[in-house]
Amino acid sequence: MSTDLNLVLVMLANLAMLGSSRLSACIRLSAAQGILLSLLPLQLELAEHKLAPRLALFALTILVLKGVVFPALLMRTLRTADVRHEVVPMVGYVSSLIFGVIVLCFSFWVSSRLILPHPAPSPLVLPLALSTILIGLFLIISRKTALMQVVGYLVLENGIFIFGVALANKTPLLVEMGVLLDVFVAVFVMGIAIFHINREFDHIDVNQLTSLKD
Amino acid sequence: MIVPALILVPLCAGLLAFWWRADGPRRALLVLTALVHSGLTVAAWVQWNNNLHSSAPIAILPGTWLALDAAGLLFLSTVSALFLGCAIYGVGYLGREKHQPHIDYEEHLFFSNEPEAVFTGCLLLFLASMTLVCTSQNFGLLWVGVEATTLASAPLIYFHRQHRSLEATWKYLLICSVGIALALLGNFLLAVATSDPRGPTTGLFITDLVQNPGKLHAPWLKAAFLFFLVGYGTKMGLAPMHTWLPDAHSESPSVVSALLSGALLNCAFLGILRAHQVCVAAGVEDFSQGLLRVFGLGSMAIAAVFILGQVDFKRMLAYSSVEHMGILSLGVGLGGRGAFGAGLHAMNHSLTKACLFLVAGNILAAYETKVVKDVHGVRRLLPLSGILWIGGFMSITGAPPFGTFLSEFTILKAALDQGRPIVAVLYLALLAVIFIGMAGIVLPMAQGEPSAALYESRRREAILSTLPPAVFCLAVLAVGLYLPPTMTAMLDEVSVALGGN
Amino acid sequence: MEVATLLPLAVTLIMSPLLLGVINRTKAMVGGRKGPPLLQPYYDLIKLLGKGAVYSRTTTWVFRAGPIVSLAGCVLAATLVPLGGCESLIKFHGDLILLAYLLGLGRLCTVLAALDTGSPFEGMGASREAMFSALAESAFLLGLAALARNTGATSLTQMHAALADGAWSVSGLTLALVTVALLVVFLAENSRIPVDDPNTHLELTMIHEVMVLDHGGPDFAFILYGASIKLWVLGALIINLVLAPSAGESVADLGVALAGMLILAVLVGLIESTMARLRMPRVPQLLVGATALSGLALVLEFGGIGK
Repeated sequence: MSTDLNLVLVMLANLAMLGSSRLSACIRLSAAQGILLSLLPLQLELAEHKLAPRLALFALTILVLKGVVFPALLMRTLRTADVRHEVVPMVGYVSSLIFGVIVLCFSFWVSSRLILPHPAPSPLVLPLALSTILIGLFLIISRKTALMQVVGYLVLENGIFIFGVALANKTPLLVEMGVLLDVFVAVFVMGIAIFHINREFDHIDVNQLTSLKD
Repeated sequence: MIVPALILVPLCAGLLAFWWRADGPRRALLVLTALVHSGLTVAAWVQWNNNLHSSAPIAILPGTWLALDAAGLLFLSTVSALFLGCAIYGVGYLGREKHQPHIDYEEHLFFSNEPEAVFTGCLLLFLASMTLVCTSQNFGLLWVGVEATTLASAPLIYFHRQHRSLEATWKYLLICSVGIALALLGNFLLAVATSDPRGPTTGLFITDLVQNPGKLHAPWLKAAFLFFLVGYGTKMGLAPMHTWLPDAHSESPSVVSALLSGALLNCAFLGILRAHQVCVAAGVEDFSQGLLRVFGLGSMAIAAVFILGQVDFKRMLAYSSVEHMGILSLGVGLGGRGAFGAGLHAMNHSLTKACLFLVAGNILAAYETKVVKDVHGVRRLLPLSGILWIGGFMSITGAPPFGTFLSEFTILKAALDQGRPIVAVLYLALLAVIFIGMAGIVLPMAQGEPSAALYESRRREAILSTLPPAVFCLAVLAVGLYLPPTMTAMLDEVSVALGGN
Repeated sequence: MEVATLLPLAVTLIMSPLLLGVINRTKAMVGGRKGPPLLQPYYDLIKLLGKGAVYSRTTTWVFRAGPIVSLAGCVLAATLVPLGGCESLIKFHGDLILLAYLLGLGRLCTVLAALDTGSPFEGMGASREAMFSALAESAFLLGLAALARNTGATSLTQMHAALADGAWSVSGLTLALVTVALLVVFLAENSRIPVDDPNTHLELTMIHEVMVLDHGGPDFAFILYGASIKLWVLGALIINLVLAPSAGESVADLGVALAGMLILAVLVGLIESTMARLRMPRVPQLLVGATALSGLALVLEFGGIGK
């Protein structure tokens, strides 16, 4: 499987998330995205015909965390919170999909104007990383369910990950692992917070968290 | 050896606190850890001072993960001092808190507290993560530290398990995590800016980047700085990314508010300063200073708008933090002596704001309301807290002879020296508006007569809850009267690293 | 004029009702029934042509013109589409846009005729048809634009020829995206499940069928025949894309393409048997999703990935 195919599949998962109304479907899509991303560092290194063991370890960690652990945590929260299984959008699914396409075109336009100091492994890396980041941000602000905002955060993180792995892959392993640990704890803590929100308010609709304002 | 110990001591103590069942020894552990941390910080100061006066000073080697430079030590010492004060205050505070479910005075619903072990454990982990931020010499590690501060402090805000604090916690977690994720993108952009197709790239060590700025790719460095500013700026509370800050500061226990405002915001600011340091070394400081000035004045303006007519005194203090973060970034953005002023002001603001939040906690405990117009006669009901409340107000608005006057004046002078009269005028006007706004809130609270029922049931103020704010307030006063030469030397070094003189 | 160029048109005109027969037969077999004979659509057409038509007094010439113009549009569209190794009868630069508009013209006339009856049911169906086809058209045109960019040709015949040169191994990614998008358009435009159910006669859920309720006799035959040609034309586009001619021999390639058409019909039958019709509000989501796929393919082509 080529890098391009991988990145396009990641983008398709983004679009599917924009158009999906079921929380569980979105969580599964984020898991699929995580699995695809775990292949990315391997593909990039294999393209240069070398494969270090530390990289294999790194890819395996990504696979386990993004592909299995995060979705499992979110699914568990979904079950225990026993909430309505819909994402409750503030922007409709059709408009979200159109937004996704516009973001994609915008990212390609921006990327065509940026000059990298050294050539990227694939011309798709920059635009697709950018659009994944923007779609992640869009999911966070356009979906009312707290759980969906966490999924949006993961998508945002995935976009940044694509950028980092493909363009700045010389970051020390220690830092990469630290980043992953932090994201793991973040998802964990957010899951606990959602559990409490559900218990206190009997919903996880963040639109109703409005008692604090000026 | 000092630096690893600074991180490991609170880390181990924090993990231990989670499992320790007895309240008394756990509280002793909290204070003990804070004392050890402060002791280690003092040792770091001595070491730094010796290094300063020695004939062959030891520089930080390239590729060092953890080390204390002037800026790191400056921020670490405020963190350490504040934590010691808050730990002492916290012992009294935790002693007063009820273990059983009790009634919330705003919504009149029952709620219970978070287990004290979790609270203490997270408090210590919070200290460990802030120390990591102050000591890290690598951008990646710095990011890990800043994100860790968010995660360790989120449970602290949710100490009172009720609706409003939960809402504040959720906003804090989500907004800050997203912001910090953008700072991670800043890290990667910086890595792109440093990448050299011919040789191995540096691992984003600050010393490496500052010493070899020639290899940096300017457009990508600028993009990286922008993302650092937005990302860490969210955590620091720069407008318009400050929206989580008033909620988190007003809903968390006062001792946590003091730490968030005095220590955590500075740590996030340090992240921006590190990026600015690289920009200065690479010669693109015009870009970064311009952005810092714009965000600085913008934050002051937003804060001024929300302080005028604020009905909740803890929210007023929170917006005042937004204002002071604006002043810090304006100071660094001006260059020249402005950076010196900003370094001094960071310290003054932390001490003053911690004092004010702790006193606000005392007022809240006595009056059981955060609504400004329901609080009268603090001077009569809580004599010492009342004096500190007014003293803190004088200090936070930059009245002489407090240290904040010195630092705010230095920044004003820098604006004039650098030939930016418009900035100076705006700065003064905003400070004046904020002074008027805060005076209209703070003074009526302190003056007047408390209600008879409250006055009848008054009790003596506990030493644990008045000593730490009093010490903080006196320290700011002392800095305003006499600035020790060691501190001047340190601030000079910080200022030079940030492109000032 | 060579005889070979007439071949695709002739095949289309003769064989298109057979596709409907195959689809119905597949559905019947999956459902465990015997089902109508394969040639049932032909019998229906002959039966309808032999009948007279009844016209309501409220209708005007628009109602009578509708079926004829829509059939004419579909037949003209059939002259533009190549099949197998055979070139189309009419070909020029930009004929793919004409194709989209001929299909659009046919639909416009059906819609107008439906509105002309003045019946609220027809009006409702017309409104749905207009909305869904507007969304489907954007997916269709963007998909064709991606193909045009990929092959560097704006004529369907040239595009077809260009695809034959191993385009799939070079830019399989975008072609796959366009194929999926076109498949959705194919299902939507021909009122198949999951967009519309051709078998239902409950007015509230119908789209296309409800519009033609008032037509009878030869008029209805024209509409049915036009719909089957449209099914064939859009199907042929997909088959041309997926099974680019490789044998180099017209007859063999045509055989492969015809087999492909039958397989497509079986596939549609299977889709109809296994899927439920989408709720009406979900249909635009599907169509915009298809547009997104086409758009992604187009952007990828412009991003220089296809080559």
